[in-house]
Amino acid sequence: MSILIKGGRIIDPSQGIDETGNIFIENGEIKSYPKTTKKFDKDPDVTVINAKGKIVSPGFVDIHVHLREPGFEHKETIRSGCESAAAGGFTSIVCMPNTNPVNDNASVTEYILLKARTEGIVNVFPIGAITKGEMGEGLAQIGEMYEAGCVGVSDDGMPVMNAKVMRHAMEYVRAFDIPVISHAEDKNLSGTGVMNEGYVSTKLGLTGIPCASEDVMVSRDITVAELTGARLHICHVSTAGSVRLIRAAKKRGVKVTAEVTPHHFTLTDEAVNEYDTNAKMNPPLRGKKDREAILVGLKDGTLDAIATDHAPHSEDEKKVEFDIAPFGIVGLETALPLSLKLVEDGVLTINQMISKLTNAPSEILNLGKGTIKVGSAADVVIFDPGKELTVDREKFHSKSKNSPFDGWKLKGKVNYTIVNGEIVYSS
Amino acid sequence: MAENVLMDSETIKRTIVRITSEILEKNKGAKELVVIGIRTRGVHIAERIVNRIEKLEGIKPPMGTLDITLYRDDLRRKTEWPKVEKTEIPFSVEDKEVVLVDDVIYTGRTTRAALEEIMDFGRPSSIQLAAMVDRGHRELPIQADYVGIKVNTLSTEEVRVHLKETDGKDEVIVLKG
Amino acid sequence: MKFQRKHILGLEELTAEEITLVLDTAESMKEVSERDVKKVPALRGVTVCNLFYEPSTRTRSSFEIAEKRLSADVLNFTLSHSSVSKGETLLDTARNLEAMGAGVIVIRHPMSGAPWLLAKELNSSIINAGDGSHEHPSQALLDLFTIREIKGKIKGLRVVIVGDILHSRVARSNIWGLLKLGAKVRLVGPPTLIPKYIENAKIRTFYNLDEAIEGADVIIMLRIQMERQESEYFPSLREYSRFYGLTREKLRGASEDVTVMHPGPINRGIELSSDIADDAGSVILDQVSNGIAVRMAMFYLVASAGRDA
Repeated sequence: MSILIKGGRIIDPSQGIDETGNIFIENGEIKSYPKTTKKFDKDPDVTVINAKGKIVSPGFVDIHVHLREPGFEHKETIRSGCESAAAGGFTSIVCMPNTNPVNDNASVTEYILLKARTEGIVNVFPIGAITKGEMGEGLAQIGEMYEAGCVGVSDDGMPVMNAKVMRHAMEYVRAFDIPVISHAEDKNLSGTGVMNEGYVSTKLGLTGIPCASEDVMVSRDITVAELTGARLHICHVSTAGSVRLIRAAKKRGVKVTAEVTPHHFTLTDEAVNEYDTNAKMNPPLRGKKDREAILVGLKDGTLDAIATDHAPHSEDEKKVEFDIAPFGIVGLETALPLSLKLVEDGVLTINQMISKLTNAPSEILNLGKGTIKVGSAADVVIFDPGKELTVDREKFHSKSKNSPFDGWKLKGKVNYTIVNGEIVYSS
Repeated sequence: MAENVLMDSETIKRTIVRITSEILEKNKGAKELVVIGIRTRGVHIAERIVNRIEKLEGIKPPMGTLDITLYRDDLRRKTEWPKVEKTEIPFSVEDKEVVLVDDVIYTGRTTRAALEEIMDFGRPSSIQLAAMVDRGHRELPIQADYVGIKVNTLSTEEVRVHLKETDGKDEVIVLKG
Repeated sequence: MKFQRKHILGLEELTAEEITLVLDTAESMKEVSERDVKKVPALRGVTVCNLFYEPSTRTRSSFEIAEKRLSADVLNFTLSHSSVSKGETLLDTARNLEAMGAGVIVIRHPMSGAPWLLAKELNSSIINAGDGSHEHPSQALLDLFTIREIKGKIKGLRVVIVGDILHSRVARSNIWGLLKLGAKVRLVGPPTLIPKYIENAKIRTFYNLDEAIEGADVIIMLRIQMERQESEYFPSLREYSRFYGLTREKLRGASEDVTVMHPGPINRGIELSSDIADDAGSVILDQVSNGIAVRMAMFYLVASAGRDA
C-alpha cells in the first residue's frame, strides 16, 4: 500500500524542515518528497490524502505512558492504550513498568512486546524497573530486559529512596547506554500528601506534598548522576526548583534530560478546588510560580520533551474521597491541543512544540523515531492546528475517562495517524 | 389596580373599642385573660386591645407574639420558606382565656397553625379569635369570635390592613386584581 | 434575603449575609428549645440521615435533637471508616440512604471533601458535620452565635485561635466565619502546626502565646490530638502545654472581659489549666445548647432551599 500526502505544511525538526510539500509513503517507509504529484493522482494503488491547510509531521512520541497491562486491564489494555495514542497523534509510546507483575524481568518485557505486536497499532517501547518489584532494593534484571527490548529503567511512582541503590543502578546501566528515568520524589517528605502543599491545600484541609519533596530528589539524582556519569532523565517536572536544578546541571555538563506533562504546563493546584479527583496526580499540580518556571524551562530548552504520564483509572476508582482516589489522569488524547496552546500563548514556536513531541523525546531514549527522513519508518501525523474542538471524555479511545480537561474548548485536531505506512487513525 | 377603602382610621379606632368591650363582656373582665398577636400586624392590633383593656379595667393582661412559620402546612409546597421570626410568650397559658389576634381571617390555615403552636405552650381553658377583617373563603372549620368587619371578596382580590406602626397610617383596603 | 443553598458544606463559600441569616434564624430556634414542648412541625415528613464515619456522640446527639425538634424522621448510620474502606464505597452507602428517602444527609467523615463528593453525586441536601481537616460549619456557626450572644457583636472583635491549626476543621470554619463577619483573627501555636500559607487569607500568625493573646476579646482553644507528638509536630504534651496551654497568668494580657471557648472535650491541664476550664465551663454549656439552635436553623434553611420546585 502506498500513500501520498499532498500539499501539507511539512514540519520535521529532526531535519529542520518547515515547508509546504508532498510526502510519498511506500512499503511502510518514507519514500520521497515528490515535487509534483501528477503521476500518483491517477494511480489506483495510491491512497491520496489532501493535507492542504494541515500540518504534516513525524508521529508524536510519548515517553511516559501507563498501559496497565498486565494486571490492571480494567483501566487500560495495550490495545486500548495504543488506540488512545493513535487518536492523539502518537505513533510511538513508552510504557512504564508498574504493571502487575512489575516489568522487572525479560519475560514480562517479552509479554508486553508480543501483545503490542499482535494487538497494538502503534510502536510500543517498554521501560524496565530499576529494582525488583519496584521495591527499592535489589536491582531488577536490567541487562536481560535491555536485550528483550527495554529502552530505559525506572521505578516510576515508587522512587528509589536509597541513594546507594540509585548509585548502583546508574553505574550498572552504563553497560547498556540506557538512561535511568527518575520519578523524583522524597517519599518521607511527601508523607500522606495528596496534592500540592500551599494555600489551596491549606484551605481544603488536604495533606500537602511540598515542592521540596521533588527538589530534594532531583538534586540527589543529579548529584549521583555526576558521580556515576550515567544518563539521567527526570520525569514529569513540576516545580520551579527542579527547573532551576536541571538548568544548572545541564550547564555544567551533567547528562540530564527532562520532560514535562501537558497538565503541569497548563494547570495549577487551583484545579483541585471542589475536590476534583481528576486533578489528583503525582507529582501534583503546583502553584502559579512553578507553572511559570515550567513555561520558561520549556522555552529555554531546560525541559526537553513533552510527555503525558497517561495514567488511566476507572470511573469507580476516581469517584471516591479525594484522599483515597488514585493519582493520575489520562493524557494521550488531549496532549496535542494543550501543547498547541503553548504556541498560541507564545511560549513555543510550532517547530519547537513539534520537536518536544517528536525527535527530542526519541533522542532521550534512543528510539530512532520522531523523524520523517527519507528511508525512515513511515510514522506520520497530520493535524489541523486551528480546528476548534470541545474535549469530550465520552469520545476518548482510552478505556478510562479521568481527565480534568473534559468540556474544555481547545484547538488542534488529529486528522490522520500513520504508523509504519498504515493509517491507524483517521477522523 | 383598583383600590377600595373598607375602613378608615376612625372606623378602626371605634372597632378596637367595640371588640375590646365584647372581649371583656364575654370573659367577665380581664382577670384570666392573655392576648397573643400573630406576627406581624396581629401583634399591633393586640397591643391596642391590651392598652384599651388597661384603660377600662385597670389591669394590663399579659401579651405575647406568635410567629407561626414553623407550623405552616404549606412549607412542603413552597420553594422559598419565609424567614423565621421569634415567638415570644413569656407567661404560662395554662388555664388562661387566650385571645388570639390577627389582622385578616381568610382560609383559616394561619389560625390552625396558631392554635397548634399555642397548644404546645400549655393547655388554656379557651382560645378565642379576634380579627379586624373576615373576608370569607374558609377552607377549615374555623370562625372568629370577634370580627371588625365582614366582607364578601373574590379570591382574586387582596385585603390589606395598614397600621400606623408598620405602614404609616390606619386603613383597610381591598385591591381588585 | 433568601437562603438559596441546597447544601451547607463549609463557611468558606457562605457570604456574610448568609451566615447572619443562619444566626438570626437560630435565635428563633433557640426560643423553641426554651419551651415546655420543644418541638415544632416544620420538617414533618422529611427524613434526615446522620451518616457518621467517626464516633462523635456529642455532635451526632446535637444534630439528632435538632432534627427531632423540627419533627423530622431521623435515621442514624454510624460506620467505622476502617471497615468501610474494605467494603461499600461512601457513594454507594449514601445512594442507599437516598433511596430510603433521606432528603437531608448529615455527614461526618475523617477525609476532607467527602461531603463535596455526596453533594456532587446525590440529589439529597448535604450538611457537613465535620470532614477531615477541612471544615466543621455547625461548630463554627455555634461559636459565632455564642460570641454574638455574649459580646453583642462580632465585627471588630479580636479573636485568637490557639493550637493545632494545621489539622483543625474547627479552626478553618471559624477563620472564614470570623473574617466574613469582620473580626480580627490571630492564630497561634507551634510552627509545625501553623500552616504558613494561611497568611494569604490576611491573618496574623504567632508562635508565642503571650504575644498573640495581647488584648484578645475571645480566645478559642483547639483540642490537641495526642497522636500529633508521634509525628514530630512537638516533643511532648508536657512541652506543648508549657508553651501553648492557657493559664490564669497568661490570660492577664487579654482583654478584661475575655471569653474563653473550647469545642470540647477539654484535655484538662493541657489546653486549659483546671481553673480556667472551670470558668470556661458555663460558656461551653452555652455552646452546647446554642449548638442545637444553630443546627435547627441549618436544617430549616437547607430544607427550604433544597426542594425541587
